[in-house]
Amino acid sequence: MATITLKPFKTPELIIECNNITPDAFAGKTPAEIAELEIFEGKVREKLGDFFSVTGSSGKTAAETDILIDGDCSRVKYIGSKMTAGTITVNGNADMYVGGWMKGGKIHVKGNVDSFCGIAMEGGEIEVDGNAGNYVGCAYRGDWRGMRGGTIHIHGNAGNDIGTFMLGGTIIIDKNAFIHVSTHAEGGTVVIKGDVEGRVGGQMVKGDIYVFGNVQYMLPGFKEIDRVRKEIAGESATFRQYIGDLGERHPKSKGKEIYANLYVKASA
Amino acid sequence: MAEILIKNGFVIDPSRKINGDVMDVAIKDDKIVEKVGSGAKVIDAKGKVVMAGAVDVHAHVAGPKVNAGRLMRPEDKLFKSPDAQEHYRMEMGFSIPSTFKTGYDYARMGYAFVMEAAMPPLHSPHVHEEIHDTPIIDEAALPVFANNWFVMEYLKNNEIDNAAAYVAWIIAATKGYGIKLVNPGGTAAWAWGLNCLGINDPVPFYDITPAEIITGLIKTNEYLGLPHSVHIHQNSLGDPGNYTVTLDSLKLAEGVKARNKFGRDSVMHSTHIQFHSYGGDSWANFESKAKEVMEYVNTQKNITVDLGCVTLDETTTMTADGPFEHHLNNLNHLKWANVDVELETAAGVVPYVYDKNIKVCGIQWAIGLELGLYAKDPMRTFITTDHPNAGPFIRYPRIIKWLMSQKAREATLDTFKYKDKVIDATNIHGMDRELTLYEVAQMTRTGPAKALGLSHMYGGLSAGLDANVGVFDLNVKNMPSDPEMIEKALLRASWFIKSGQIVVKDGEITGHGNKRTVWVNAKVKANPQVTRDINEKFLKNYTVGIGNYPVWDALAPNPLVIDIDAEA
Repeated sequence: MATITLKPFKTPELIIECNNITPDAFAGKTPAEIAELEIFEGKVREKLGDFFSVTGSSGKTAAETDILIDGDCSRVKYIGSKMTAGTITVNGNADMYVGGWMKGGKIHVKGNVDSFCGIAMEGGEIEVDGNAGNYVGCAYRGDWRGMRGGTIHIHGNAGNDIGTFMLGGTIIIDKNAFIHVSTHAEGGTVVIKGDVEGRVGGQMVKGDIYVFGNVQYMLPGFKEIDRVRKEIAGESATFRQYIGDLGERHPKSKGKEIYANLYVKASA
Repeated sequence: MAEILIKNGFVIDPSRKINGDVMDVAIKDDKIVEKVGSGAKVIDAKGKVVMAGAVDVHAHVAGPKVNAGRLMRPEDKLFKSPDAQEHYRMEMGFSIPSTFKTGYDYARMGYAFVMEAAMPPLHSPHVHEEIHDTPIIDEAALPVFANNWFVMEYLKNNEIDNAAAYVAWIIAATKGYGIKLVNPGGTAAWAWGLNCLGINDPVPFYDITPAEIITGLIKTNEYLGLPHSVHIHQNSLGDPGNYTVTLDSLKLAEGVKARNKFGRDSVMHSTHIQFHSYGGDSWANFESKAKEVMEYVNTQKNITVDLGCVTLDETTTMTADGPFEHHLNNLNHLKWANVDVELETAAGVVPYVYDKNIKVCGIQWAIGLELGLYAKDPMRTFITTDHPNAGPFIRYPRIIKWLMSQKAREATLDTFKYKDKVIDATNIHGMDRELTLYEVAQMTRTGPAKALGLSHMYGGLSAGLDANVGVFDLNVKNMPSDPEMIEKALLRASWFIKSGQIVVKDGEITGHGNKRTVWVNAKVKANPQVTRDINEKFLKNYTVGIGNYPVWDALAPNPLVIDIDAEA
């Protein structure tokens, strides 16, 4: 494995869009070539080297390339966008669209991420040590094809609209989330270890949601059917099982309607 | 503008039966001429094919439903918008491109004229605003009539002269071009959640049938002597087994003669006939009836059709056939927009993915191409995708590739998940007809120009016609063995000259052209009855005043008006 280290040395005036910070774009290139890669500041084309110093060496393929961003990326968007393999580590915060449309590999952000982390993700792994903004693992605006695979693990809190139109994969939020979880989802699993305010599973067709804390306001489209013991995200607990959203269409399998499941940890 | 000489190309001009002769084409200002002086700019077309600017008979490129599609589908732009050409406008979207991308991409394919296929009269100002914003290509728009209260009332009583006076008023007020019918009666029924699936189903609350509406509007069209025939999207679109409805409605044109001064022979244009050539009685036994439909069309000289080929893309369906879009939404559960246009029509919009892993989509793809291959008269069969319903218009070169190459068709068939089932339900496998470039020129240029009554301007390269000339990198004497090269050459013209101005060079836009809005002004004798009816409906039923209804001249700042006198 070979590591390329990027060190930010200049704060951009506008937030920069760096779709090229991926192992795929870096693989097989020298640091000088990587510094020449195109980025956008607003509508102006600039170079990666205008904002980051580039050192180290890249692997032959994306899978053999590790990227370390040693500094704060609060004003850097689209890190790891569409990446297929390799790793990216950010020693700090990152702005929006971390790991968007990602297909494989791993991204580890040691600070916080802004919104749209893992948007329309298809595979791979994203780990965030801090908090996430809104739209974790959601679909692009207007699209009905959200996250299809892979794992997003947020160790802190997350905002609203988690897993909108989700079709597969797993999202784990270690602390609390706000509103709109798995809206319109047709698959996938969302685990929230803390509390959620409400609107959990609205218009959800298929898929699973686990809440270890409290759902402050339950949607009326969910019906409690059972109490089950489940092990999820490394924890075992007894949950109240709800099915829903009863106001939405549901596919049939072997003559039986398939519902989405919402598991809320039983208090006692 | 000045003089241009396109030298030594292989000229294909079916209007003069010229098939690949090496000739020069001379242009002076905005017209084709016999010869030009020695100072003319010379374009070397040696080894390349030279054809007239193409004419699209049916596409949805401007107006409220196109814009509704743009609004509800931001994802249609994501990763599908190319970088802007320097000094030119941003180009966005795929199936519902921005107006600029629409103009640019048509020009890059050598198109000179595009017909917006369904203009809701009430929203005609919006249609013209978008037409005005679409650069380079000349455009016209067909107002929809077959679910209009006035039309149904007049035709119920067989008052053709009143219907004609009303239609002439609407066409002039909306700066429209002709008479479009969409799901006759069915869209009116949709206001009550109903539909008319056969041509003899009575329209609820109106005491008229779709067959009577079609027959009445054909009579109205020929009474007025409009340049184009009636342009019909039939009942029961997209339903398995609908080919019998199609044949029933086509038969309504039997024995009717065209009456016009524009050289048009047809009295009915049946559009996107692919969607109307379905057999079976469910999606399980869905099959092609392209042969049955086209055999009838081949015998009827007064009918023209366009194909509406499925291109196997993710696209956006949009039609004034409101009930159909509801039906489609129940099938695919994606987004749905629905609108009622008071007194006149309705519309719906639903995204759709023609997936080659779905059997029905594969069969639809085959039906569109079979229709083109069974056609005996390319002058009456035109290439379309019903843009964007069966696929975006930028796929026309791909359809031409499939029609010109059995190898390309079989290669696509091989990619289908349910190839064997598609082969069982269609005739495409083993069809060995391969269209020639001459036939393609008939289907995309000379034929549609004639059916639209525009042969005096478009569709050929005779002296006196508009100087719309495309040069494509195809050697007709030595056609490439790789069918992909056909698509590549036709997608990006080497040169395209629109109204005497070079607007495309090497596939890149080089000018914004001199875009015109074509519309028809039909003169009829004063009809106090119809004038009274119009005023009364605007007072009682419309939500707008009559003074705010017509399209004001500023929206068509570069008009090309075709005046006709119905009484002459």
